[in-house]
Amino acid sequence: MTDSVQQQIDKLVHDQEIVLFMKGTPQFPQCGFSQRVAAILDHHAVAFSSVNVLLDPAIREGIKLYSDWPTIPQLYVKAEFIGGCDIVSEMHESGELAELLAPFKADAA
Amino acid sequence: MANDINPDHLRELLLAHLPDAEVEVKLFSGDDHFEMEVVSPSFAGKSRVAQHQMVYAAMGDHMREAIHALALKTRAK
Repeated sequence: MTDSVQQQIDKLVHDQEIVLFMKGTPQFPQCGFSQRVAAILDHHAVAFSSVNVLLDPAIREGIKLYSDWPTIPQLYVKAEFIGGCDIVSEMHESGELAELLAPFKADAA
Repeated sequence: MANDINPDHLRELLLAHLPDAEVEVKLFSGDDHFEMEVVSPSFAGKSRVAQHQMVYAAMGDHMREAIHALALKTRAK
């Protein structure tokens, strides 16, 4: 893995406040776990950017190194890694996610 | 694809890293989609991300190869 891929990923997670690395797109997800996280973000009505890792093998492998996390999807808020599908789902159910995303709701209007 | 990984194998991998854990592993679809629940005193004071990373570390290379999906729930005891 080259440093330039890590730099590219670092730029992607800093570019937007909420960034989802996923398989497919929010409109056409290609994995049930990615679909679930995109749907949860939609439910919270926050704007987010998504990166389709299926389009770039270097990003697909690089993001796993970046966060030391072996699976996709991966959610980042303010450049901080929040978690994958299990953690995002748990936080959604417990209300923690609503709290975390509250400051970004205005942007979605 | 042939797969020699099974719930008992995953339990052993986990316990080799976290001997104090209580662990439950099930298949939830096919022969490579697993569901695992881990409760361990070692998770105390750690974020969910850190807790899951400890489980992934225990799975080692299997996480990148034989395990297609691992639905994970962790909590401190």
